[in-house]
Amino acid sequence: MRSVADAVAAVSAHQVTKVFGSGSDRVVALDDVSVDIRANEFFTLLGPSGCGKTTLLRLIAGFDHPTSGRIDLEGQDISYLPPYKRPVNTVFQSYALFPHMTVAENIGFGLKMLGKPQSEIDAEVSKMLKLVKMEAMRDRATSAISGGQQQRVALARALAPKPKVLLLDEPLSALDLKLRKEMQIELKRLQSETGITFIFVTHDQEEALTMSDRIAVMSAGKILQVGSPRQIYDHPSHRFVADFIGETNFLEAELTSVSKRVGKLKLGSGTTIDASLPGDGVAKGPVTAVVRPEHANLVKGKAAAASLTGKLGNIVYFGTDTHYHVALDDGGEFIVRMQNARDDAGRWSVGDAVGVSIDKDAVQVLRD
Amino acid sequence: MADTPRKPFSIRQQSGFGTIAAICFLALYAPIIVLVVYSFNSGNSIAIWEGFSWRWYEAAWANDRVKDATIVSLKLAVSASLIATVVATMAALATTRTEPFRGMTAIYAAINQPLMVPEIVTAVALLIFFAIIKVHTGYQGLGYLIAAHTAFCIPFAYLPIRARLENMDLSLERAAADLYASPWQAFRYVTLPLMAPGIMAGAMLAFVISLDDVVITEFVKSGGQDTLPTYMLGQLRRIISPEINAISTVLLAISITVVTVFFVLSRRGNKSSG
Ligand SMILES: Nc1ncnc2c1ncn2[C@@H]1O[C@H](COP(=O)(O)OP(=O)(O)OP(=O)(O)O)[C@@H](O)[C@H]1O
Ligand SMILES: [Mg+2]
Repeated sequence: MRSVADAVAAVSAHQVTKVFGSGSDRVVALDDVSVDIRANEFFTLLGPSGCGKTTLLRLIAGFDHPTSGRIDLEGQDISYLPPYKRPVNTVFQSYALFPHMTVAENIGFGLKMLGKPQSEIDAEVSKMLKLVKMEAMRDRATSAISGGQQQRVALARALAPKPKVLLLDEPLSALDLKLRKEMQIELKRLQSETGITFIFVTHDQEEALTMSDRIAVMSAGKILQVGSPRQIYDHPSHRFVADFIGETNFLEAELTSVSKRVGKLKLGSGTTIDASLPGDGVAKGPVTAVVRPEHANLVKGKAAAASLTGKLGNIVYFGTDTHYHVALDDGGEFIVRMQNARDDAGRWSVGDAVGVSIDKDAVQVLRD
Repeated sequence: MADTPRKPFSIRQQSGFGTIAAICFLALYAPIIVLVVYSFNSGNSIAIWEGFSWRWYEAAWANDRVKDATIVSLKLAVSASLIATVVATMAALATTRTEPFRGMTAIYAAINQPLMVPEIVTAVALLIFFAIIKVHTGYQGLGYLIAAHTAFCIPFAYLPIRARLENMDLSLERAAADLYASPWQAFRYVTLPLMAPGIMAGAMLAFVISLDDVVITEFVKSGGQDTLPTYMLGQLRRIISPEINAISTVLLAISITVVTVFFVLSRRGNKSSG
């Protein structure tokens, strides 16, 4: 089977750097970014404010051009093509609906500019209105519909010309929580129904994990890691990624042997444990490793299964699960998250001497 | 909300506000009211009331010189405001829709120069300048007045258009480009319709300003040419009759109509962009 990776990428960035300003105002918004975005995938750019997500999106849309490097669309260099010649559409954060046009005119705008006959535009607009469930609003003014409805119109408008790639810059950030959840599901549905490649920008890690086929985690103009939500969550390659996504435990330890993508890790407690490595090029010696709180369990006393030992500090009850804060004997703190069961109550109490057993394949060595 | 402890500062609550406001309005409008009232005087005086009549309106209507002056005024105001609006629209686009460039502030100042230079200075300068051209070409027509009026109308047309463009969300034009509109199409289908209220406002302002001008017109006009205001000025030097009041009242009515339309348009425009 020819894998997806062999196919031509929908969008690929080759060593793209974008610099704004000069002298003391110089900002490197994108720093040597290379990434392949596959056809038909829901790809998310995730990162904190100012890390360059919008800049990358603007370069793909054509509103700006790279300082160096190249952007390809299906293998064609589009770095300097103006936006109106790119089969790429954008859903703007502010929606940017045309206030002097009705809902239908907004949705039909792209097709009209492409010179399609009016009958075809009307048919396509009807299809789009149906797709985003806005049939009743066809002739409304865009100022006479709610925020969530404006969002749907913006989506329909961007989808109507059937772009190769749809860019979405934090499209849900203006919506309240309930609507946001609804639209997340809606977006996933639209993506699979239309088969269009979505490039989605967010700084909300939960949103990224639930919606994406793959995620690129960005920090300070660089892409640190690209992978499926599971890969990113279970096997973060950098401290930043591990820290940014979910809760995690950091362990300072010594890598004593390296083979393929697995190594032996000697923990502070003296025990040795198997650990996944972040690709090649990790040398023996002191490293940082991470373990997710739900990938560890508490055991009574100094049981043999325990990789770490310590004293139970805080116990924080969350309903479905409980967080146990363990003060490790060799210093540092380790959080264990366990599902609550019916007969759990009173099983653990503050001050208990406990061991921590770590699941198989749950230790991930970081690159930095 | 209901439980706000203190009302915010309101100037209308200050003692004496009402009185001062009344005096201001009186100073502004009393002379105009007197002017309008006396335009209906049946006597020859602009100071002694002798009864109501349309006499002076009829007299003005029958006066060929008034007719000629009206035609000149309208031709002039229409051409000057049209040209000024087109130029101002392009200037506004160039100063808001391009990357900031060196000398932009200087250009901005240059466009608004007629607002700052004393009108009499411009008038004298134009008088001398056009005199030279007249000597060399022999042309005596309306062109000089149109050129002069266009020049001082530009900033009045420019300001509302620019204000409109500055308030417009730039992402709208970006969205148009994103949806396959070429730069010209984006202008034609998005920028232009959205700036139309500003353009209308600018054109009307320019029209009223041109219609109203005396100083520059008086200096620039060729012999025998008169606009309504310069004709009236000429009349005042001889006999003063309520005919002047009648003409003024008509001009006032036109201005009020145009300005009202201007406000309605700009209010509606602001709403749709909000
Ligand atoms: N036109 C510009 N001129 C100068 N600096 C810019 C410009 N656009 C972006 N930057 C800078 O580039 C960096 C990246 O900006 P960008 O808008 O891509 O961030 P972002 O990841 O989208 O952030 P956010 O989550 O806040 O939207 C920031 O430091 C920003 O200040
Ligand atoms: Mg952004």
